[in-house]
Amino acid sequence: MSRRATILAALTAAALPALLPGLAAAQDFAITNATVGTGDGSAPIEHGTVVVRAGKVVAAGAGVAVPAGMQSVDGTGKWVTPGLFSAVTDLGLWDVEGVPNSNDTEADKSPFNAALDVTPAINPASEHIAVSREGGVTRASVAPVNGDSIFAGQGALIDLRAGSDAVNLPRAFQFVQLGEAGAKLAGGSRVAAHVALRSALREARELAAAPTAARSSDALLTRADAAALAPVIDGRQPLYVGVERAADIRSVLALKSEFPKLNLVLVGATEGWLVASQIAAAKVPVIAMPLRDLPASFESLAATQSNVGRMKKAGVKVGIGMFAGSNQPRYAPQQAGNLVALNKLPGAAGLTWGEALAAITSVPAEISGMGGKEGVLAPGAVGDVVIWDGDPLELSSAPVEVYIDGIKQPLDNHQSRLKQRYKSLDRTYLPKAYDW
Amino acid sequence: MRVSPALRRWSSTLVLGAALALGATGADAKKQDKKAAPIVADPYPSTYKSYPGTPTALVGATVYDGRGGRIDNGIVLFRDGKLQAVGGADMPIPEGYARIDGTGKFVTPGVIDIHSHLGVYPSPGVEALADGNEMTSPTTPDVWAEHSVWPQDPGFTRALANGGVTSLQILPGSGNLIGGRAVTLKNVPSITVQGMKFPGAPYSLKMACGENPKRVYGEKGQKPSTRMGNFSVDRQAWIDARQYMDGDHAERDLGNDTLEGVLKGEILVQNHCYRADEMAQVIDMSKEMGYKVTAFHHAVEAYKIADLLRENDICVAVWADWYGFKMEAYDGIPENAALLANAGTCVVIHSDDENGIQRLNQEAAKAQADGRRIGIDIPDAKVIGWFTYNAAKTMGIGERTGSLEAGKMADVVLWNGNPLSVYSRPEKVWIDGALMFDALDARRRPVSDFELGQPGEGDVK
Repeated sequence: MSRRATILAALTAAALPALLPGLAAAQDFAITNATVGTGDGSAPIEHGTVVVRAGKVVAAGAGVAVPAGMQSVDGTGKWVTPGLFSAVTDLGLWDVEGVPNSNDTEADKSPFNAALDVTPAINPASEHIAVSREGGVTRASVAPVNGDSIFAGQGALIDLRAGSDAVNLPRAFQFVQLGEAGAKLAGGSRVAAHVALRSALREARELAAAPTAARSSDALLTRADAAALAPVIDGRQPLYVGVERAADIRSVLALKSEFPKLNLVLVGATEGWLVASQIAAAKVPVIAMPLRDLPASFESLAATQSNVGRMKKAGVKVGIGMFAGSNQPRYAPQQAGNLVALNKLPGAAGLTWGEALAAITSVPAEISGMGGKEGVLAPGAVGDVVIWDGDPLELSSAPVEVYIDGIKQPLDNHQSRLKQRYKSLDRTYLPKAYDW
Repeated sequence: MRVSPALRRWSSTLVLGAALALGATGADAKKQDKKAAPIVADPYPSTYKSYPGTPTALVGATVYDGRGGRIDNGIVLFRDGKLQAVGGADMPIPEGYARIDGTGKFVTPGVIDIHSHLGVYPSPGVEALADGNEMTSPTTPDVWAEHSVWPQDPGFTRALANGGVTSLQILPGSGNLIGGRAVTLKNVPSITVQGMKFPGAPYSLKMACGENPKRVYGEKGQKPSTRMGNFSVDRQAWIDARQYMDGDHAERDLGNDTLEGVLKGEILVQNHCYRADEMAQVIDMSKEMGYKVTAFHHAVEAYKIADLLRENDICVAVWADWYGFKMEAYDGIPENAALLANAGTCVVIHSDDENGIQRLNQEAAKAQADGRRIGIDIPDAKVIGWFTYNAAKTMGIGERTGSLEAGKMADVVLWNGNPLSVYSRPEKVWIDGALMFDALDARRRPVSDFELGQPGEGDVK
């Protein structure tokens, strides 16, 4: 059947809301007899049930009764998890990464830095969002990339619901880059980066204390940038710090002695395992790329795939993230699964299956301030539910249904349309351009 | 900087290229020396010799032979660097073989990556070691990747331990239309590149079409700045090469030596190319100029012309699902490999990445599953060939390695589970019958000179 015939048939069946997902309402439904991974770190539950009502999870687990009259989906042979939470991504900020006009991740010629706010730039219709949704990603924290300052600006929390405005929480965090990249941005050394950071925070503190007073003539930040850092100083807005080397991590933790209310999150932390106990003691969470195992630079000489497992064992709250560029958000399950594989290797530190799923669902949600609300199948959490055709961490598995806020999502996108068009190469009667 | 590795390499090479003044091309350089050097057939010969091994019998594992065969509860015998026999449980095991119990485990040929830049863009990724793109002229057939490879790149050890990689082809980058000669290596630690060179492997020429060359030279205000410029420069290079080939060779020209090798069919062509329309143009150019494209690499749109590629006997080396990072990658789809295989086109899974090379088996498994969901069912045993035999064949070493057949090099991986599962890793890796990695023995984990005395030396990685 051609695509148009399919659409006509669908219209005849009065399925218009399904074609226009923005109009779709949350469904009340239950998924029964599935293997359920709740995302809270526990092992998968066989023959489990998940109940969603009015866009929220009502119950999930074994021995859950399906309310009378509720629509039920048979989950036999399927797995069910919360929607994936993609931490520190560029989702919605580019269409083609290498085409500058379509890429809003960084602004290296802007006079502003900390004041930059990704919110108005996020494009919910981006193919990258549609492709990630098909991969089971339902929520994300979107971060800008540094232009010509150590401050990249403010990131936002988004959902990936079709027809949504995307942004749930604007200005959710500030991002500052230290380490080698920060040194380069600050004028050439880590020394300069730390002075720039502390000086900026002091300027912000002065402005916050006397918002209408004239600023000193040697202020380096624009007023907008200094004002943007005020919520960072008093801990209302988390400060995400890009950093890799063990010594650099210690320097970041030391910032708290001058700015005690800083709400820090480490991003990267490739050598985090070397200072895991200090990170744990400081109660600073980490968002990491779990499979880095090369000395890609002189700040990641100790890189190992056991980094996440070792930090976790030391008591650090650590989530998987940094899905930017070719590191696509839909790769999260594969990366999590690789950490489970480490358990079979002597000397390596991996995660249990439950911990690995949590590292791409509840943990990044908690780090983003959405603990208990997103990334978990628990009463009261958003109705973001993914039904998989197998173990979600396994390479052969993929989502078969994705719900966001209890609304079943369309899984079509540019890629799926291409695959439909080219499944047959027959061009005998008309060019491929007529096949849609 | 949170930029993807591919894009980072691309942009950093741009900066590097811009910083360099336009130097003498190979052709210019040779004119300074009228007296031609004598042609030596193999001037940088391999000094690799297989390391000592124990006659070994892998017993009771599921065996994938790399050419589509599968033996449950199989036996693999190797000694003196060569595979002796591969068979079922009833095959007799001669005396003198050390038995390794493979129950619950899997055996495959050593993994082979046809597209790597290990050594030429090594870790650490500092400018002082970035030697993969000679972007001073759009055609540099005169440069050889082996003269850039840094054998101490720790990436080789990760490819071995986590990826089971036993052979790999190191290519120049894609900044140039004609990037230079690639080199095929055995993945053994070595002080010298010669100590890694795969004995007798044919050379390949790296070519590139599309965005990269026209951007690199267009930004310098130089030809090519367009795709038509790309073709013009390529075609003229082939015309000049043929004239050289037909001449008396009184004046040696390094670049034309290489192109002549291609025209004579002695040197393979590995062509970076993304778009279907552009691959079709390259095929016509190869016919016009009288050479053969061995494989298109990256080829994210190959699924649109799977039939054309099959008819022209061209292999396709692809990622599982990269897309969108540049304009010519916008139409990449995860079903690419499966659609190609279904059309009867030869498929290779490649990495082009120091991390991806550690998981070629996983990329193949993803591509297989993406096919299954559109009704294309490719057996596991055939998918194993995507990162073993098909790669070897496309690199011209398929008669020597890439499959488990008596008489071939004993390049073998014992996996601790199904290699198409995310939960499996190489447990032991043999190269020419020598145990080069053992996950159960920390002393069989190579540590490059660079990592000695550094944080994490000898760690599991």
